[in-house]
Amino acid sequence: MIKVRGLTKKYGSNLALDDVNFSVKEGEVLGFLGPNGAGKSTTMNILTGYLSFSSGSVEIAGADILRDPMEAKKNIGYLPEIPPLYPEMTVDSYLKFIFGIKKSKLPMEKHIDEIVDKLAIGDVRGKIIRNLSKGYKQRVGLAGALIGDPKILILDEPTVGLDPQQIIEIRNLIGNLKLNHTVIFSSHILSEVQSLCDRVLVINKGKIIADDAPKDLSRQLENKQNFFVLIEGDKDLVISLLNSVDYISSVELIRESQKGVFEYKISASSENEIRRDLFFALSEAKLPLFGLRSCDFSLEEVFLKLVKNSKPQKLPQEEVSKSLQESS
Amino acid sequence: MLTIFKRELQSFFFSAIGYMVMTFMFMLSALFFFFTSILENSANLSGTFNSIFSLAAFFSPIITMRLFSEERNKKTDQILLTSPIKLSSIVLGKYFAAILLYFICISITLVYAAVISGFSALEWPIVFTSFLGMFLVGSAFISIGMFFSSITENQVVAVVVTLVTNIVVLIMDGISSSLPVKFISNFFKSLSFSSHYFQSFPMGMLKLKDVVFFVSLNVIFTLLTVRAIEKRRWS
Repeated sequence: MIKVRGLTKKYGSNLALDDVNFSVKEGEVLGFLGPNGAGKSTTMNILTGYLSFSSGSVEIAGADILRDPMEAKKNIGYLPEIPPLYPEMTVDSYLKFIFGIKKSKLPMEKHIDEIVDKLAIGDVRGKIIRNLSKGYKQRVGLAGALIGDPKILILDEPTVGLDPQQIIEIRNLIGNLKLNHTVIFSSHILSEVQSLCDRVLVINKGKIIADDAPKDLSRQLENKQNFFVLIEGDKDLVISLLNSVDYISSVELIRESQKGVFEYKISASSENEIRRDLFFALSEAKLPLFGLRSCDFSLEEVFLKLVKNSKPQKLPQEEVSKSLQESS
Repeated sequence: MLTIFKRELQSFFFSAIGYMVMTFMFMLSALFFFFTSILENSANLSGTFNSIFSLAAFFSPIITMRLFSEERNKKTDQILLTSPIKLSSIVLGKYFAAILLYFICISITLVYAAVISGFSALEWPIVFTSFLGMFLVGSAFISIGMFFSSITENQVVAVVVTLVTNIVVLIMDGISSSLPVKFISNFFKSLSFSSHYFQSFPMGMLKLKDVVFFVSLNVIFTLLTVRAIEKRRWS
C-alpha cells in the first residue's frame, strides 16, 4: 500500500531524514516511535505530499507522490499534529468544506452523518470550532481525515494533549478504524503503540533504528528478570544476603523509602524463578519484606535503549543503566 | 476552486474583517462624495473615484493579509495542500474571494452615481471607465498583497510590507521625477499606477496599454504566489 525507498530530506545542510526505507501492507497498523525532532512528522508530511524530499521515492497505493500527486492524495486521510481546523467555522460547515476539497463522489449528507456518528460529535455539530474542547477538536480533525473514506489514514500524535478519558476514546476509535483502513500513526506514548500496532518503526535522528512487532522488540533486549524489593533492616546485611541468593547477579541500593526500609533493584541472570529463594532467605534472616515488584523491560526502556544505542558514540554501560533508572 | 472561494468569502464575514473594510470604504468614500459632489453642487464624480484610488492602497492589505499567512500560522494549509486539489485552484479561489469583497466595497460608487443622476445628467461612460479603472487598480493591489501574505506566516508583517509597497506605488510619480538619470526615471514612471490610471480611465478612455498593465500585474503576482508556496515545499 505504501512503499518508501531511500527517502532523504535535507533542510539546508541539516539532514532531517537519512535513507529511510519501509513499506506498509494493506490493512496493517504501523506505529511510528521516536523522540521529538526525530523525523516522524517530517516523514508523515512527505507521505501526504505536504513537503517534498531531496531524494528517494514514495509510492501511495500505486501512485508516485511527485509524479501523480492527485491520485496519491485521494487515498490519504491526514490528521497532522495540530488539527487543521478553521476556528471560525461550525463543525458541520467544516466537514462539508473538507468534503468539497476531497472531491469525494460519495453522497455528502449520508457520508458526513456516518462519520459524525462514528466519532460521536453529533452534539457539537452546529457549534463553532473555536469554542470546542481539545478532545472534541481532535475528534473533528479525525473526522476530517476520514472524509472521502480514504484507504490510508496517517495520524500524527493523535492523543497528545488529551486527558486520560479522551485518550482511551481516541485509542478505541483507532482500534475500530484498523478494520477498514491502513493506519500509520506516530506517538511517543509506548503503551499506546504496544496495544494498537501490528508493527513498530523506531526512528531517531532521521534514521530507522528498529522495525519489528512490538512484542519482538521488547524481547530483543530482555534477557533477564529484574525486580524492585523493599526490605527493612541494615542495608549492608541485606546486600550481602541478597548477593548470596542463587542466580541473583546484581544488587543495587536505590533509596531509603521509609526509616530503616530500603529499596533495592535486583537482577537475575537466568530464566529461573528467584522469588521463592529470595523469600525463604529473607525470612530465615528475619528481614521483613515490605514489597516486591517486577520491572520487566517496558517498551519505554527498550525505546530508550534503542535510541541511546543508535548514538554514534556509545555511552559506557553504567551510564546507560543509570539513565534508565532515572527515567523509570 | 469553488469550495475554496466559498469558504474564503464566508471567513471574511465570520471574522469581521469583511464588515470592517466595507464600513470604512463606504464611510470614507461617502465623505469624499459629500465634499466633492454634494457640497460643490457638481455632477462630476471624479473626486469620489480618485479618493478610492488611495483608499484601495490602504485597505487592500487588510483584505489580503490573512489569505495565506493565517493558514500557515494555524497550520490549516496542511489540509489544503494534502487534499487532491491543485495549488493553482487554491490560489485562484482565494484571489477571487478577495476580489469579490473589493468589488462589493467599490460598488457603492455606483449608488452615488445613481443618486446624482436623479438631479442632473451624468456622463455614464466616464462613470463606467472610472469604475473599471478603480477595479483594475484594486485588483493589482490585491494580487500584490496576496503574494506578500504567501511569503510570511505573520499577518502583521504581511500587512506592513504590503502597505509600504502600496505607498511606494502611490508616490511612484514623485520618485521617478526626482531621479536624475533619464532612462531610470522613465522606467519607474512606467510602473506608476497613477500615470496608468489618471491618464485614461477618469477621462472616459480605455487604453489597451493601461488595461494590459494592470491585468498583467494580476497575472504576475498570482503566479508568484503559486511559486512562493511551491518553493516552501521544496525548501
